[in-house]
Amino acid sequence: MKITFDWLKDHLKTNLKEKDLLEQLTNIGLEVESVEILSSDNQLFKVAKIIKTEKHPNADRLKVCEVNVGEKELKKVVCGATNASEGLITIYAPPGAIIPKTNTKLEIAKIRGVTSYGMLCSESELNLSDESDGITELSKKYEKNIGKSYFSKSKSNLIDLSITPNRPDCLGVKGIARDLAASGFGRLIISKEKKIKLKTKQTLKVKINKEKGQGCSAFGSCLIKNVKNTESPQWLKDKLISVGQKPISAIVDITNYVMLDINRPLHAYDADKIEKGIIVRNSKSGEEFTALDNKIYKLEKGMCVISDKKGVLGLGGIIGGTRSGTEFDTKNILLESAYFDPRSIRNTAKKLNLDTDAKFRFERGIDPLSIETGLKKAALLIQEICGGEVSKIDIQKIESYKTKNINFDVNSFENIVGFKISEKEIQRILTDLGFVIKKEKKFLKLTVPSWRPDISQQIDIIEELVRISGYNKIKTIEPIKDRSKSTLTQTQRLFHFLQRAIASKGYLETITWSFTDQSYNDHFRETNKEVKIVNPISSELGVLRNSIFSNLIMYMSKNLDRGFKDLSIFEIGPVFTGSNPGEQKTIVCGLSAGKKSRLSWIDKERNIDLFDAKRDVVQTLSEAGYNSDHFFIDSKTPNYYHPGKSGRIFLDHSKDKVAAYFGEIHPNILKKIDIKTENLIGFEIFLENLKLSRKTLKDRKLKFAVSDFQKSERDFAFVVNKDVEAQELISVISNVNPNLISNIKVFDVYEGQNIPDNQKSIAISITIQSLEKTLNDKDLEKINNSIIEAVEDKTGAKIRS
Amino acid sequence: MSDLKKIKDEFISKLKGKLDLAELNQIKSDLFGKNGLVSSQFKKIGTIDASERKKFASDLNIIKDELQDLINLKINEIEKANINEKLAKEKIDVTLPERSFVKGKIHPVSQTIDEISSIFSEIGFSVEEGPDVENEYNNFTALNTPDNHPARDMHDTFYLDEKKERLLRTHTSPVQIRTMLKDKPPFKIIAPGRTYRSDSDQTHSPMFHQVEGLHIDKNINMGHLKGCLNYFIKEFFEVKKIKMRFRPSHFPFTEPSAEVDIGYEIKDGKIIIGEGDQWLEILGCGMVHPNVLKNVQVDPTKFQGYAFGIGIDRLAMLKYGINDLRAFFDCDYRWLNHFGFDPLDVPTNYRGLSR
Repeated sequence: MKITFDWLKDHLKTNLKEKDLLEQLTNIGLEVESVEILSSDNQLFKVAKIIKTEKHPNADRLKVCEVNVGEKELKKVVCGATNASEGLITIYAPPGAIIPKTNTKLEIAKIRGVTSYGMLCSESELNLSDESDGITELSKKYEKNIGKSYFSKSKSNLIDLSITPNRPDCLGVKGIARDLAASGFGRLIISKEKKIKLKTKQTLKVKINKEKGQGCSAFGSCLIKNVKNTESPQWLKDKLISVGQKPISAIVDITNYVMLDINRPLHAYDADKIEKGIIVRNSKSGEEFTALDNKIYKLEKGMCVISDKKGVLGLGGIIGGTRSGTEFDTKNILLESAYFDPRSIRNTAKKLNLDTDAKFRFERGIDPLSIETGLKKAALLIQEICGGEVSKIDIQKIESYKTKNINFDVNSFENIVGFKISEKEIQRILTDLGFVIKKEKKFLKLTVPSWRPDISQQIDIIEELVRISGYNKIKTIEPIKDRSKSTLTQTQRLFHFLQRAIASKGYLETITWSFTDQSYNDHFRETNKEVKIVNPISSELGVLRNSIFSNLIMYMSKNLDRGFKDLSIFEIGPVFTGSNPGEQKTIVCGLSAGKKSRLSWIDKERNIDLFDAKRDVVQTLSEAGYNSDHFFIDSKTPNYYHPGKSGRIFLDHSKDKVAAYFGEIHPNILKKIDIKTENLIGFEIFLENLKLSRKTLKDRKLKFAVSDFQKSERDFAFVVNKDVEAQELISVISNVNPNLISNIKVFDVYEGQNIPDNQKSIAISITIQSLEKTLNDKDLEKINNSIIEAVEDKTGAKIRS
Repeated sequence: MSDLKKIKDEFISKLKGKLDLAELNQIKSDLFGKNGLVSSQFKKIGTIDASERKKFASDLNIIKDELQDLINLKINEIEKANINEKLAKEKIDVTLPERSFVKGKIHPVSQTIDEISSIFSEIGFSVEEGPDVENEYNNFTALNTPDNHPARDMHDTFYLDEKKERLLRTHTSPVQIRTMLKDKPPFKIIAPGRTYRSDSDQTHSPMFHQVEGLHIDKNINMGHLKGCLNYFIKEFFEVKKIKMRFRPSHFPFTEPSAEVDIGYEIKDGKIIIGEGDQWLEILGCGMVHPNVLKNVQVDPTKFQGYAFGIGIDRLAMLKYGINDLRAFFDCDYRWLNHFGFDPLDVPTNYRGLSR
């Protein structure tokens, strides 16, 4: 909502300064978004006429215009607008002018070799509207103003307020003045309604159809005959221009003025173009009409339309149609002032993707009792400026406005807000805001003003009172440092632990979007459901991610392109398994590329491999409190991993839920994504699959017991079939005698010479130690034999001699 | 007697010569080996006449010690010389680089979430979470934002179905609803997490982070809200004093509602929080609307309280001087390395939030 202090003063008597005004507006919840400081600069923008246009010699889309700016010589201006044509009256900005939209200073510039002296401006460049398609088009009436400044000399800055959706009343200058006055900033001017003699009858019949879902509950109108639509007088033009509106013709300008002044949208029809009266009804499916934005709208069933015998004239409360629009030659007008249901307005506008000033106001709720005031105010101005006779006002209603009452308990204020104001003050504020108060025994009986659709219960009154009294009166009550519940749950603690444990292993934490590119996602989706976003930001961000890998690989690739070769990144966050709330899992996903050691004077160069990732995962899980001796590992992994170079980890042999995957990313995916690196290794840890112990770590710790008896290390080499896994051997050995065997370490795996083709040799070092005594040779021999026997028996291995 | 002296003299003169380690060991074995000259003298002790035995033994021990000491001295000398010789050869250029190491980093948003949780933990808030995919009811309707409410336009929502029943949460406020439906009052929670709006430009990202706060009990009023936020902002920015302004605003789920600005100034191109006369909007808050409480079966005549929502990314930007929101989610190695935190830097109350 754009206002000026000058306009506010039509409704507000005050001696205070603009600086105080800005502060007070914000203090009472009418946030000042920006102040456009008008300097004498805007006097530089001149009404000008294009005399001649030529194609730019070096650019197809540009024109070279010769422009009359009221000086002896024509100015040469390069312009790219398609509507720049000979005879067009527009607005010219000379070199030195500051373009309001971009805040840039114009300079004489060569554009593709042709010198341009200034610029022809679009409405959006001048902040007049959002219209950026082409340069401003002024009516022929401006011909006499060529060379004169387009903007009038205004002393009042343009103040842009951000009005919250609950305050339609403040979409009119008067409403803002009322709030200010209630807060002690000036006094509201109650202007006496000028008497207007209405003799003739409104002869155009208006009917609101009583039907289901009728969006119009009241339709007020009056006929004004024999008007001479003209250009608006300077005061009215200035007023509209001062808040960034473009004057069009007196009738349109007047309706706009009334709307901006008291938030009463009106619509003016050319009465002669209406065929036998107005019918307000629901639209039929497929009905069409051309709206004032020159677009044809095809309507769905049940939209609130203003129509006549011939068809739709306009969409009630949203936009009028071209068929009945007023022109400069319009003789007789019908002025409409109606009440449209916010819900109906919003539905229709949404379906047609239409946004207009009227729609914005009606969907927030217009004062239902302003129908007559608005009509009178506008009719009077039209009569003053355009002449003509105004008919009596006709109001058709299918529903009457019911006043809202609230019983307000004065004590509730302090209870919510924490400070106290006197009942007298309460009454004063509410009265100033337009409430009617009747004092009852235990409460105040309030009648809510008709322009406040947002107020329906006690809390709304409290808000009004604290807003107007000032939020600075709210005390600061220091919080008490007391904790009765632990801050994090066990799962949350695990989340944070894993996050930092992985980062501590050299991974950079990333946060990527929860949605991703469908084509990347498909590589990692497996059999999961694809979750599409109906209205994505772009097609590359069209689905919720089924795996974090899609994003990590994309960004890994970008980093490799930046020239980083060896890199580890990870993310901890959600992946989605369905489109219902809760169908998501938390995953720690890591990805490493390149070499573990590169160009080192000391270490041998080698690629990163899956055992690096496996170490990071196993170490992290073990740091998080899971005993890695119990882990069970096999090679069943999703298809996006290399089938032979990947594994999954279970926390124990029950193989209940997969704790993690690790391995090389499938070479096919690397090829498709065209990512260039020596090796790409990933892992995924599933947070929800990690069992949480009911015991604390402290309780889980066993009694401290170590052996001081001599320990012996024995080495064994077994020859086994290639498909026998090391884990199996280790498992068999550890079960031989868990009391004596403490450490089992694979120190060599060998295939080739001296070993049969389909076999391999695994060398294992075993530490044997007793808690009870020093083992003698005989004891050791015995356990050696049991180890060999068990391994040979259970795995088909042969001890290598 | 003369035997002993002979041995002594002979070997002392031998030991005076230049000997290497092998020769010394040979001498040692000649003297003290199993059948060494000294060892055999010891074996003789038993055969010696009792009257002389004591003296013989004593003399023998003296000679033994003398020779042994001399040998040890010689061995030490040689070993020392050997080590010195070795050391002289073993000089290495220690300015060569160490074995390479990589530093992992924690994302600034994660660090900021930990900082926020740490601060609210002190004053008794616990952490709640909710799903990223929400239903329309929890995200809007239950929060007193019925369909056709213009406030819905302020949230550019990502929908997951044509009926607009499922969506990506536009704020963390649905966690309020879930928390209150699940438990009984009082409630004192914060809920940090991902939020989504279909908005993308220089200052908007389609995904961002918010932290929700909710405190419902008997007699919690706007003064408690002001106190809580004042405390939080001071702690978060690690300043002693903060300039804070409550401004009336409107959110459907709170009433009265406020937007909170903090004072700042720009000094040498850097933003200084808590000083100056510029205002920066950092959060929205208010007293939970009675309609919301009714929707979650909490009696608004018995319980009341406040809620707030803060943009985490924005807080991180302000505190750590990051000026581009979109870079948070761009995963540029250089950016992550520059703005990331060491994983050992866990924000805590006793060690301080940040270094």
